[in-house]
Parts: sequence; structure tokens; C-alpha cells
Amino acid sequence: MSFPWAQHYEPKAPFMRWMDEKLPLPRLVYNAIGAGYPVPRNLNYAWNFGVLAGFCLVMQIVTGVILAMHFAPNALIAFDSTEHIMRDVNWGWLMRYAHANGASAFFVVVYLHIFRGFFYGSYKAPREMVWLLGVVIFLLMMATAFMGYVLPWGQMSFWGAKVITGLFGAIPFVGEPIQIWLLGGYAPDNAALNRFFSLHFLLPFVIAGVIILHIWALHIPGSSNPTGVEVKSESDTLPFHPYYTAKDGFGLGVFLIIYCAFVFFMPNALAHPDNYIPANPLSTPALIVPEWYFWPFYAILRAFTADFLFIPAKLMGVLAMFASILVWFFLPWLDRSPVRSGHYRPLFRKFFWFGLIPSVVVLGYCGGSHPEEPYLMMSQLATAYYFLHFLVILPLVSAFERPAPLPFSITEAVLGSDDKAVLGENAAAAS
Amino acid sequence: MVRIIGILIGLFFTAAVLWALATGAYTVASQGYLTEKTAETEFHKHPRELKLASDGWGGHWGEEDLAQLQRGYQVYKEVCAACHSLRHVALRDLAQLGYSEAEVKAEAASWTVPGVDPATGEATTRPGTPTDYFPSPYPNDIAARAANNNAIPPDLSLITKARHEGPAYAYSLLTGYAEAPAELKQEFPGFETPAGLYFNPYFANLNIAMPPPLHSEGQVTYADGTKASVDQMAHDVAAFLVWTAEPSLGKRNQTGWPVLGFLLFATILAYLAKQQVWANAKRRKD
Repeated sequence: MSFPWAQHYEPKAPFMRWMDEKLPLPRLVYNAIGAGYPVPRNLNYAWNFGVLAGFCLVMQIVTGVILAMHFAPNALIAFDSTEHIMRDVNWGWLMRYAHANGASAFFVVVYLHIFRGFFYGSYKAPREMVWLLGVVIFLLMMATAFMGYVLPWGQMSFWGAKVITGLFGAIPFVGEPIQIWLLGGYAPDNAALNRFFSLHFLLPFVIAGVIILHIWALHIPGSSNPTGVEVKSESDTLPFHPYYTAKDGFGLGVFLIIYCAFVFFMPNALAHPDNYIPANPLSTPALIVPEWYFWPFYAILRAFTADFLFIPAKLMGVLAMFASILVWFFLPWLDRSPVRSGHYRPLFRKFFWFGLIPSVVVLGYCGGSHPEEPYLMMSQLATAYYFLHFLVILPLVSAFERPAPLPFSITEAVLGSDDKAVLGENAAAAS
Repeated sequence: MVRIIGILIGLFFTAAVLWALATGAYTVASQGYLTEKTAETEFHKHPRELKLASDGWGGHWGEEDLAQLQRGYQVYKEVCAACHSLRHVALRDLAQLGYSEAEVKAEAASWTVPGVDPATGEATTRPGTPTDYFPSPYPNDIAARAANNNAIPPDLSLITKARHEGPAYAYSLLTGYAEAPAELKQEFPGFETPAGLYFNPYFANLNIAMPPPLHSEGQVTYADGTKASVDQMAHDVAAFLVWTAEPSLGKRNQTGWPVLGFLLFATILAYLAKQQVWANAKRRKD
């Protein structure tokens, strides 16, 4: 993206000019998130969640590295080392609770960020690559969170690992050998714990790398906006600094208040009590459930209770669970409407608020419940809608919908009229 | 092309899940009920409410509450420690309950911990020191099962965090032993509490292997003179177990207030700054 009216980085101080010559990192930052990056002037608070997600990643890495100084990834002492952190390590309880609740906060923020993308058509051309990289980040986050939850080696850690690694056994022919290879044994044990620790330490840095690509890919076309109309002229944009640094700062404050309320006053509200029981391979918990952020996918996994066309139910569940995320990769090509934003797509909007959102909420609720009636029937209906929504409804709606008239430009949408752009008084703009 | 394949895949998964729904609905219709009613689902009781100093957003242990923790420790030592270990708590942690250094040393010495004879190297026992952890009453799990009708008494260090509504659960369980109600025997005629187990509606499957540990008033003679009713002892030991599960709870709550206060102040400032920065953007037409 090269908006011609973007402010230019002009270092004055001698040291900054020297830096600019040798390693232009300040110039990079200025052009990426400083005054050198023009952003649509009408972004609402739904656009705060990307920055908040980045903040959560930094917080997880900082608390995680500190935890790793005291945690022992060996099945015999993992649980005890976690308690050692909680009791003996100075401020260890804070690091542990910040990290555990930080994972929940990370997923809250990322889900809001993704649903912003669903509603405003952020996945559409020319931002398909941003979207694809984002789905990759989400998959990496899920892997990281799953492995992290196994580390304390509580009952839910062990049995959750058993269930999820057991899914690989559903793959025909090669499933069981793959499962044994991944676990390093026949069941989750020290080999699995140790390698999960290694990968859990590695993946956040992979996520950081993909985030760099994600932001780079975004900065080629520039940010989208709630109207979905692309930037036409200078009056459509504001420099990222100070406008959006200030807005993101306020958003960060609100986020931190809610986050610290959880960490300091209700740190176990989102946790499962069973994970305070040391792992016991001989004692199955009454209910095996993952953390709340996996519940919708867990509900989809458990919804397939009957064999279908010679495909065993277990394999159907696994395929559906992965398909429910892989479907997101194809959104730019499933939803062909030339109108981006849900604001101007009345039919799409109805299916979004009265179809997709309720089905995801129902799936989440069922995922945390016992796999029995009526939750099974509820999750089956919600799963059916979920797949219909992305794979059948969206393509059809985008083909037959009559969208509302779009504003001429962002300036018109915000300020009421855009005489300068209509009369062509501004310099040539990106389309 | 993508959309056609997408529609087909969508219909495939939808058909598969609706087929599962149909078979499930058939099962429900033929068996006549949604979920089976069992004695557990019908007669299990949720924990009764328990008020503790550590409750709520301001919860912490002040000077007066340390007295309750010391009473709870006394109940643990004289009643529970016969069968239940407390392996994550160190004897030095007792200093947090308000004991002086000398008292902590004396308390530690009153516990017998495994040791090694310094002359011969044989396994032996010795009096505890503050650096030791609370000793387990049994040398291993097999001994624990053998002494308790094949049930292992769980370690109590984390019990109030390892159970839903833990503190209230511990209190209700300890005071909840009773005869099975008549309605239960009417609705489930085959129900009986097996020999060696005891009926307790607060326990998950209603029959617990632990005999009522707090059975008579005055079982423990409190050092501070408080009347030791069953309810009082259960109350005190529940408070003690909340402390063993998380000794830093008080500090956590007390640190939280200044943190939230600062964040509120900083967020208000950030909001005002944001308004000031954006004031131009909303008014100016450029």
C-alpha cells in the first residue's frame, strides 16, 4: 500500500539519522504503526482486537518464560513443580494465574477479532492473504493452548491429552502408528509431556513470525473499515499515530481492567476443578472437557454419534471438527458478494446474528456439558446449521442478495459529504 | 467451482449429523425418556452456603481470622491427619497462621517424618523440622487402600480447589452424614448403602468410604477455648483447607485492589487523551 499522502519519516536528531542509515528500524516502525501509516478514519472499537491479541501474545510469552524457569516437564514432578510455583516462587501465583487467564483472554480477543472479520467481510479481496495467515495463527494458537494445558499434569491435562491424541487413531490404516509416534508411547506419559513442553515453548515464536507476515500482508492494501468502501482520498484517512495509538491505549486499559479482575479476584472461574487433582491414568473423571475456548469444536466432535455411509462415527467427528476450521480458509471464495461490510447486506446480516452467532453459542454450551440428551440433539442441530451457514447459505446469499446502497466514500459516510473527492481535487488515490 | 464443491461438502456434513440426530431421536423415543433418572441425579445435594473470611473480592485473613485457621489446623492434626496427607504444605508455612518462630519449631517437632539413621543408613523416623513437609500417614498407596476399605483418602492440600464450590463442599460433606431419606428408598427400592460405606448426599455418588470424622462435640479441645461443636469444627477445618489450597489468597486479593484502582485511573486518563486527540478529527472537514 502506498497512499501518496502518507507522512514521511524525517529523523532530525543526529543519532536517529545514523540509525536510519545503518538499520532503518525506527523508519519501519514509523511506517507500520506510526504517523506514516494512514488508516481509515471511521474504524470502530471492533478494530481494537488485533492490537489486544498482540498484547496478549507478548504477555503470554513473558509470563511463560518466567514460568519455564521454575516448571519441571517430567511426569513425576510436573504437578508438584506447579504447586511449588504457586506457593514458594516469589509472585509465582501471579505468573501462573496471569498465564492461565491470559490464554482465556487471548482467545476472547481473537474470537472477537475473527467475528469482526466475518461481519465486515475483512476476508474478501484484496485481503485474502491476511485472512489465510490469520487462520494459520488460530490453528497454531489452538495447538499451543492444548499442549500448554497438558503441562501441569492434572486429571484434565492427562485425560484431555488422551482424548485428543486418541483422535489420531481414527484415521484409517495409519492412524494408530501416527498416534504412537506423536505420543512417544501408547498413552500420554512422560515422553508426551516432555515434547509438549518443547513444542509449547516453540510455537508462540512461530505465531509471532506469522503475525509479522499477517501485519505485512495487511499493510499492502491497508486496513479495511466498517463501510467496506476502500480508501479513495486523503480525507478518508488519519495517521495511525496519534489517532489509533490513543484509541488502542484506551481499549487496552479497558481490557486490562477486565483481565486483572479475573487474575486477582476470580482466577479459577474459567478453570476446571479436576485439574487440581494429580493425573491418574486409572481413574477416569466423570466428565472430560477441554478449556471453554475449545467447547464449540468439542461439541462438533461429539455430535457425530452414528456411522454414516461406512465412515465410523469417531472418524466423522474428527473430520467435522477439523473441517469446521478449515472451512474458514475458503471464505474469500465461498462468499462472492462484491459488498464487503455486513452493514450493507441485510440478508447476510440476518443469517449472521440469528443463525451463526446463536449456533456458535449453543455449540459452546453443549461442548462443556455431558454428552447426553438433550445436549447431543442441540449440538447436532447447531452443527448442521454451522456447516450449512458457511458452505451453503453464504454462497447462495452472496449470489442472490440485494445489498443496500453503499456510501460514495469513507469521508461521505463520516462527514456527510465528500465534495473534494467527487470533484477530484485530491491527488490520485489508491483504489 | 469452489462454491459447488463447498455446497456438496456442506450437505455431506449436514446429512451425517442429521442422520446422527435421527438415530438419537429414535433411541429417545423408543426408551421413553431423555436421560435416565438415577439415585445420584435425584438425591445428590448441592453444597450448603459457607461464609469465610477469605470469601469475595476483599477476602483475606486478618488477625482475628488467624485464630480460625489455627483451630482448623488443630482439627486437621487431631482428626484428619490419621488418614489424609497434606504433602504440598511445608511445616514452615505454619508461620503464616500467626505462630511465632519458636512455636513453629515446636509444632514441626510434634510431627514424625521419615528419616535415615545417620550412623547405619537404615530407614527410620525422626521429629520434623520446619523445612520438612507434612508427612503422609501411610508409607504408600497400597497401605492407604488396605486401611480404608480399598479407598485412598485424598491428599487435602488442594481439596477446596479440586472440587466444585470446594470450601462449601468440604463443610457440607463433613456435616452432611445422615440416613438415606425415605423418598429415596421409595423411588429406588434397590438402593442400599453397601457395608463399609456411609450415606452422604453431598458426596458424588451418595455413598462415601470415609466414616463421619467429626462425630461428637468436644472431639477436639480447642487451645483458645472455643466450643468445639461438629458445625464449628467443620467450619474451622474448611477455612484451614482454603488456606492450604492457596496460602497466597490474601495477598492476591489485597494486591488486586491497588492494581484495579491504578488501571481505572490510567484508563480514564487514556480516554480523556483519546477524546482530545480525536476532537479535531470529528470537527475538521479536510
